[in-house]
Formats: sequence, C-alpha cells, structure tokens
Amino acid sequence: MSVPRRPPLPVILIANDLLDGDVVFAAAQGWSRDHRDALVAHSDAAADALEAAGRAALLAQRVVDPYLVDVTEAPDGEPVPRHYRERLRTLGPSNRLDLGKQAETQRP
Amino acid sequence: MPLLDRAGPRDDAWHRVTAATLAGVPHPIVAWAELPAALTAATPGQPIGVDLPNNVAWPELALLLRRLALVSVRFPSFSDGRGFSLARRIRDHGFTGTLRAHGPIIADQFAHALACGFDEVELPDDLAARQPPAQWLAALERVSDAYPRGYAGPQSILDRRRNALGGTP
Amino acid sequence: MYRYDEFDDRFVRQRVAQFRTQVARRLDGSLTEDEFKPLRLQNGVYLQLHAYMLRIAIPYGTLSSRQLRQLALIGDRFDRGYGHFTTRQNLQFNWPTLRDVPEILDLLADVEMHCIQTSGNCIRNVTADHFAGVARDEIEDPRPTAELIRQWSTNHPEFSFLPRKFKIAVTGAEHDRAAIKTHDIGLRLLRDPASGEIGYEVMVGGGLGRTPMIARVIRNFLPRRDLLAYLEAVMRVYNLEGRRDNKYKARVKILVHEIGAEEFSRRVEDEFARLDGPSVAADTAELDRIASYFAPPVYEDLPDDSLALDTARAADPAFDRFAAVNTTPHRAPGYVGVTVSLKPVGGAPGDATSDQMRAVADLADRYSFGEIRVSHHQNLILPHVRKDDLHALWQALAAQDLATANVGLVTDIICCPGLDYCALATARSIPIAQAIAERFAASGREAEIGELNIKISGCINACGHHHVGHIGILGLEKSGAESYQLTLGGDATLNAAVGERLGPGLAAEDVPEAVERIVGVYLGERRAGESFIEAVRRLGLSPFKAAFQEVADAVA
Repeated sequence: MSVPRRPPLPVILIANDLLDGDVVFAAAQGWSRDHRDALVAHSDAAADALEAAGRAALLAQRVVDPYLVDVTEAPDGEPVPRHYRERLRTLGPSNRLDLGKQAETQRP
Repeated sequence: MPLLDRAGPRDDAWHRVTAATLAGVPHPIVAWAELPAALTAATPGQPIGVDLPNNVAWPELALLLRRLALVSVRFPSFSDGRGFSLARRIRDHGFTGTLRAHGPIIADQFAHALACGFDEVELPDDLAARQPPAQWLAALERVSDAYPRGYAGPQSILDRRRNALGGTP
Repeated sequence: MYRYDEFDDRFVRQRVAQFRTQVARRLDGSLTEDEFKPLRLQNGVYLQLHAYMLRIAIPYGTLSSRQLRQLALIGDRFDRGYGHFTTRQNLQFNWPTLRDVPEILDLLADVEMHCIQTSGNCIRNVTADHFAGVARDEIEDPRPTAELIRQWSTNHPEFSFLPRKFKIAVTGAEHDRAAIKTHDIGLRLLRDPASGEIGYEVMVGGGLGRTPMIARVIRNFLPRRDLLAYLEAVMRVYNLEGRRDNKYKARVKILVHEIGAEEFSRRVEDEFARLDGPSVAADTAELDRIASYFAPPVYEDLPDDSLALDTARAADPAFDRFAAVNTTPHRAPGYVGVTVSLKPVGGAPGDATSDQMRAVADLADRYSFGEIRVSHHQNLILPHVRKDDLHALWQALAAQDLATANVGLVTDIICCPGLDYCALATARSIPIAQAIAERFAASGREAEIGELNIKISGCINACGHHHVGHIGILGLEKSGAESYQLTLGGDATLNAAVGERLGPGLAAEDVPEAVERIVGVYLGERRAGESFIEAVRRLGLSPFKAAFQEVADAVA
C-alpha cells in the first residue's frame, strides 16, 4: 500500500521484513522491530532521508512496502502513529493480546 | 532486444520497419496499423510480420492471418495475460507461422507462453539481464506438467493418465 | 474423497520446488517485488498487517482426519497454534515467515494439500455444498465436478494472469448451500426434464465487494461432457475482454453488467462453437475415475429413529438443544450431519486451535469415517455421524469448547479477520462479532429468535459476505475512527439478494444496540413460524429503518 502524498510531520518509516514478514521501523542503526526505536523525522529533509533508506532496503531485498507514517510523540519520546490502522501495526490483534508485538519485549 | 525460444537464445532474423521502408528487407515486421499498406507494398514471397497490441479486434486479424509469416503479440506487462488467449485463438484459427510474445514477461511464464502456442519470446534488455536465458530454460524444466488438454507442449496430465490406464488416446 | 495419483503428487512437488527457487530468485534480485508478488500470491502467501499470511486450499471444503492433523502440526510448528477457517472453505495461518513457507508446502504436499491459487488473478478454490454427498435434497454430489475443475484450473497456461480473481462454486442440491449466485461462475447440477441426463445450469457474473451483483444465467442446460470446453470459452472471453484499466472494475461481473448478460452469453457461445470441444474435454473414464473417489462410505443398516438419541435428548436440555440446532438430516437412515460451531461466544469467528483441530480429527475417525468438511459459514462439519453416537460426540466436543449450539442462530456470525489482521481492512470486525454474540447469548433469546445470519466485513472487499447477510455489517472509516454501516435483507441462497442500508454509520459500541432493536422489531411483528428474513421481506425496510434511526439519533 503506497501513500499518494506525504503525511504530515513528524513521521517514521514502517515496512515489513522480506523474509520474516515482521513489521519493522527505520531506526538509527538499520531496522528495528520495536517502534520505540524508530527514527522520527521532524523536517522534510529528514523524511526524504527515511524514504531513501526505505527504497535502498527495498532494492537490497531486505524489506517490502516501506512508507511514512505520521506520529505524535509521547513525553518519553515514544512515536505513536496517529491513525488507528498504523497503531495496530505497532501492537497486534486487539482480540488476542497474547500475540504480536504487544506481547513481546517489555522495556523499562 | 534478446530473443529466446525453447532451445535457448537465438538471433533475430526479423526487423521492425515501416510499410514505406520494407522494400528489400528480408524479414520485416510492421505495426498493426500499417499492415494493409505493408501487404500491398510487399513483393511476392516476401514474408511479412506484424506487431499486435493485445487488444486487437479479432475479426480483422482473422482475415489477415493467412498472409502473415510472423505475429508478434505485445505484452504491456507480465500481469496482463491477454496475449495468452490471443495466441490460442491465433493457433486455433490455423496459423502455422512464427508466434512471438514481446514484452516484459518473466521466466516463470515461459511454459505458459509455449503451451499457448508461442514459439519465442522477445524481452526488454533490463529484464533479460535480471533473468538470463539459463533461468528461462530452468523454469521450463521445473514444472513440466499441466492438466488441461489441447495445449501445445508436453502431453497433458489428463492425456497421460488416460494412457497409463490403458485408454485410447 | 479424492486421492492423488502419481501425476497429482508430482505436480504439487514440482510446484513446491518451483516456489523455493522463486524465493531464491527474489532474494538475489532476479525477480523484483512486483514480479514476485503474483507468484507468491498464487502460492497463497499474503503480506498482512503484522506478518505474512498463508492461505491453504481445502478443495470444496473436504478434509481427511490425516490432513486436519497435519494442519494442526503446521500451526504448532510454524505458527501460533491456531488457524482461521474462511468464507471460501480455506484455512489461513496468520504468522508464517516467508523463509518457512517452502517447508510448510512440503508438509502439505505430504498429505495431498497445497496453497495453489488461493490468491492472485487466477481461478481460485472451487467451493461446493458442505453437505455434499449427504444432503437429502441432493440431485448429484457436486464434488466430482469441483475436483475436475480444480485440476483443470490449476496452473492453467492460458488463464493464470486474468484481469482479476475468479471464483467458481458448484451446487448439486435443490437448496443452494454454496452461494453460487454470488460467484463469478456458479454451476447448478440438474436433470434435463426431457432426456433425464445430468448437466449444468451455468450462471456468470456474481460477486460481492465494492459492487455486489447477482449472477446471471447464460446457459440453462450444459451437458456434462461439455463442461471444460464451455468453461474455457467463458474464461477466454473474460481474459480477452475483461477490463484491466481499473482494479475495481476488473471482475467478470462488470463485463457482464456492461455488455449485458445476453451479449456475454452470445460471445461465450461463439467461442464455444469455435473451439475444438473434444480436444479439451475430459473423457468419461476420467469423470468416472474422479467420481469413484466420492462414493459414499459403507453405512450401517440402521433404522432412522434412534432410541439412544431420543433418550439422551429427553434427559439433557443442553444436549437436546445441540441436537436440534447443530444437526442436519442425512440421506442414510440413522445418520446425521453434525456442525461443529467455531463461533464460541466471545471467540474469534472461524478460529480453531491446533488442539481443537486434533480433537476434531480424532472424533472424525471415531464417528465420521475420518471425514471433515469446512463450510463457508466458517464452521466444521462431521458429515456422517450415527444418531446413536451423537451424545458421546457432543460430550467430547464440549470438552474442547466445540459444542456451542448456535448453528444458523444470531451468535453464529460470519466474520472476516478485519483490521486486527488484514492489510486491506478499514475497520476491525472481530470485536463487533464478539460484542453482538455476548449481548445475545446473555439475553438467552437465541432459540426464540431462530435463524438469523449476521455477516460482518472489515472493508468493502466483503470477505465477510456482509451484502448477503440477513443483517450485514460493513466496517469503514469516518472522521478518523471506525464506523459501521448496517444493511438488512441480504440472502445468499437461490433467493439471492443484496442487503439495503439502514442508515448512517455507527460507532463500534453502538452496533449491538442497533442489532438488538432490529431484532426487537422482528420479535414484535412476526407471524407464527415466520423466520427473520421472511418477516423482513413481508414488512419491508421501514419499521427496521425506524428502529435503527432511533439508535442513530440517540448517539448522534
């Protein structure tokens, strides 16, 4: 699913890992499965860089379907997607809280 | 643009020209819109080929097929499978000339193309670079069986089954 | 049921090897993602919201216990210990990795299963009546026809890159339990009144989604021997003339609508006359060979009444309700078809754990000649159960939370995975189903309400078949939040009808109340013995719209 025009800033970049299918986020070093590691772009230039990283990883057969997602930043810096669909992608199925990212790594 | 048949890469004897410039060209291919003019301009015995869009009007094509030595069917993308049905109709109509698939189809479609009656495939350079002839031939080996009867190529599963059971073919 | 011969087996093995190399060629860049996508889709591999999803074909919904056990094993080893049965009689796993898929396909091939063409712009799983072979109103078992079409359509050289997906359903009974009128091709087995020979009524152009349409009959009687040639003619016309300019206008239903059913029929008949029928037909020996696999099991010679069953029913009201609601009359005296509901109140509709799958497999071996069916209502069926065994079966099912006595009732909800899983969805669907089921189960009025088919889709693609629900619910987005539109009067039988909208979209929390008010109108107005859908047809939309509007106004 590609977004026709850029969502409003700030944004993060989301994709799926090609081999595993996991949702991944462009982070400072490569890609993370945890949205709290996602690099947040506050400027068009930074968003451009995120998209370039997505394209490069797509061409390197590392990820598929990279796109920008607009977020709000919580006080602790956690980027929370503004749209409910993208929020679900950081969590997992709402009827099975024992599955998906919501059930995985706990961080202090 | 690289040309491939079931034996591997081959040279292309055919050249794309206009109806106005086909004189003296041993194997000219013209665009569909130019075909009537080309057939008029052709010398006796000069084989004529045509480039078809994959949505060509069948009744018009059917009238001209017997005068053609080569029909090249355009595939605008690999996901547009109209050319496979067009090839089938062309062969069903009795065409015995060369049938060429032209466009960015992928190695995984080679068996389909041959089964539908294509003799050869003409590929864009970049695709041929990504998927060299060895991949095309390997793809052909990999899935050798098909169920439907009535298509070209290896005997259908339905026919092989009938033979294995001792029925008359 | 059908068993692979050497050709079928080699075919699926080759297919697995082919997919392995396709994955490798994707990884080394020979295939772009655009090129790889249709190849993986035609092997059932979707990319979804959280992970890949693998859709396994269950041809015409028929499974052996051995196959069901293998599905359970795959769920345990490669997924999260559960699977989801779909509205096209298939099974979905939600958490496989692409790197594991070839190995999963190997395990499936070991039990004569595959994921071929469960997605992509090709001919999909051919579905059929889930009571095939056992229903009393059956003229002929549709499964040999479905199996013939399955083989013919698999990796078809001409029809693998269609304008869009293509779904075929077959029914062989007087009552259509396969929803053939909502398929691209619907086939109804019937007997020619003049000659007595068996053939097909052929209808084309049904489909749900953005523009729901009911299929149109293009051929009243097609002789059996002409089936493959006629299908080839339909597919060729569609492949050449179906629209490719707009994904939402690419199904055959749009072509039939735009040129008219008569013109479409004329073009098909032209193509059918032009092609060489005998060169593509399956011969009688092949038809007989396939049909022989669907010979009924050797039933015991039993009286139709079972004292054991009657006694148990009289002694236990809960069992009595199960026997009344979850069984279907069987053509063999002393037997019933038993529906195992996968709609426990508060559960995700259509889901089953690997443990539950193994339990059903064991029960199938014990009580149903090792055979299971999957219905497009997302339930499982044990098709050949002795009435004498029903009580013991029920007790065993209850131990696995598989004895919910709600088949066809208001809590037997059809529901797609929705936005909790699906990348195409616009809203969640499972929580809506759960909330409605909980509300009605708590009220204790299910039996009183009777047959009421609620169908929920999480987006316009309508995989939950909401258009043909007695009450349909469609999840959309409005002003950045999930919003649910309700429709009324849909019908998936031969009285096919598309439901009509009742009013504006509601928030999730208001949907159960709206459904309750609609049901309230029915309970207040119905005549003796009148079902919900019959009452809707008699009363028309107005009283229901008024009740719905009360809720919409109250929450606006």
